[in-house]
Amino acid sequence: MKVIVPIKRVVDYNVKVRPLNDESGVDLNNVKMSINPFCEIAVEEAVRLKEAGSATEIVAVTVGSQASQEQLRTALALGADRAVLLETNDNVEPLGIAKLLAKLCEEEKPDLIILGKQAIDGDNNQTGQMLAALLGFPQATFASELKINDGVATVTREIDGGLQTIAVNLPAIVTTDLRLNEPRYASLPNIMKAKKKELNVIDASSLGIDFVSRLTTLKVELPPSRDAGVKVESVEELVDKLKNEAKVI
Amino acid sequence: MKILVIAEHDNHSIKASTLNTVAAGKKLDGELDVLVMGSSCADAVNEAAKISGINSVISIDGSHLENALAEETANNAADIASQYTHVFLPATTFGKNIMPRLAALLDVQPISDIIEIIDGSTYKRPIYAGSCIATVKTEQSLIIASVRTTAFDAAQIGDAGVNVTSQDPKDSLAISNFVGEELAKSDRPELTAADIIISGGRGMQSGENFSLLEGIADKLGAAVGASRAAVDSGFVPNDYQVGQTGKIVAPNLYIAVGISGAIQHLAGMKDSKVIVAINKDEDAPIFQVADYGLVADLFTALPELESLL
Repeated sequence: MKVIVPIKRVVDYNVKVRPLNDESGVDLNNVKMSINPFCEIAVEEAVRLKEAGSATEIVAVTVGSQASQEQLRTALALGADRAVLLETNDNVEPLGIAKLLAKLCEEEKPDLIILGKQAIDGDNNQTGQMLAALLGFPQATFASELKINDGVATVTREIDGGLQTIAVNLPAIVTTDLRLNEPRYASLPNIMKAKKKELNVIDASSLGIDFVSRLTTLKVELPPSRDAGVKVESVEELVDKLKNEAKVI
Repeated sequence: MKILVIAEHDNHSIKASTLNTVAAGKKLDGELDVLVMGSSCADAVNEAAKISGINSVISIDGSHLENALAEETANNAADIASQYTHVFLPATTFGKNIMPRLAALLDVQPISDIIEIIDGSTYKRPIYAGSCIATVKTEQSLIIASVRTTAFDAAQIGDAGVNVTSQDPKDSLAISNFVGEELAKSDRPELTAADIIISGGRGMQSGENFSLLEGIADKLGAAVGASRAAVDSGFVPNDYQVGQTGKIVAPNLYIAVGISGAIQHLAGMKDSKVIVAINKDEDAPIFQVADYGLVADLFTALPELESLL
């Protein structure tokens, strides 16, 4: 079983981002970049499938600039076998990314595609579902458990009311939620080995896909701020304030 | 403008998220229809028809639509959606699952999680876990968006029903199957619908200690929530999680107990009207957004709070 894991280079989750002074975007100068945490979970799940004997090959893919090679190397160090960079310096939206990935999947013919449910920069939560639509594959989003058996993926999904289990025919798309697994750390020998693994760079504009942006960002601003209130000295004072000042109980 | 809202429901009744989504759609100037796809869902269809301010309801009833599988719902909604200028779904796990699939079928780049409508083509949405708010504009002739339900007050359900038209479902794609569900059963209100929420974090130290919150919740008629740290530690199930990747809530009163206040958590609750924080660490970031902060050991403060209510 061949598994493709699309990943994304994003601002590290520990960085507190701020808008640029002219509010034209987010200030990304000198911030630490990392593999999107949900994508890391996707890589980990693919590696576990390979260790369990059900996956035979793991291909990590991303759409982005030269710099994204760093995150592909991270995926290789975690256990992906080879990587593909669909290179572009453009800001590509989820629909464009899904179209580029769909084109690659037509050639690679994966049995399973595992993606993070969302990237922590744009918080769109779209790419996996769109890729599934474009390929005509079923989708199991927000997965907290994945089992593969006889050409069927049985997936437990985290939904608002609790957990839902669905069975999807392979080839299929799975998107990861936080509790699917805990990703390992790449060991130093594996980081060294990853440098020698195959990383194929393809010019995204050579694929004949229209990935021009459909949305324009007019402004990026801070959310309305919320001021700190008062400290109360006792539980009694708290109850009094809630009853008589805020009038919420 | 012609607006379509795809309804979230359980085949018997309409979910509150649908009412918030209709309210968002009504901010636009145009006729609004509601699409209900389900199985033996006549009750839900009848309830949808009573939502005030809508033009009509379209119903598609088929056994393969019972559990809102994305493959079947997107496939059935696509032709209908293409006849509108705007298609809105709630930004719940129901809508997040279906919305992008539907959009891709129609070659539309959708807009996730809108919190404000500037005009028919311009919307505000949070990015970077709510650290920033982006204003985005699109010239697409069809706009598909998911709606953050806490940002729009629910539409009312009236007495009179609007016209309902039924359409035949498309054949099942037969590529996905519903296996089962474990839904949390509780006598307390749902997190996203509760007026008061009391949430616990890693400071609760164990799942058993959540009983300290439950006693207070029962006295206040509150829902019980949790931070990601508490869910990841296995104290409580995933459906308790409040935060950017969990549930987004905005109750009248939010009581955060033993929660440090990671940005991820704040993104899910900072629109609450009144926030109370109880934490023994006086430097915890949660105090920066709390209206009332109490620096105390929760194991003594909670029993005292319960006895005073």
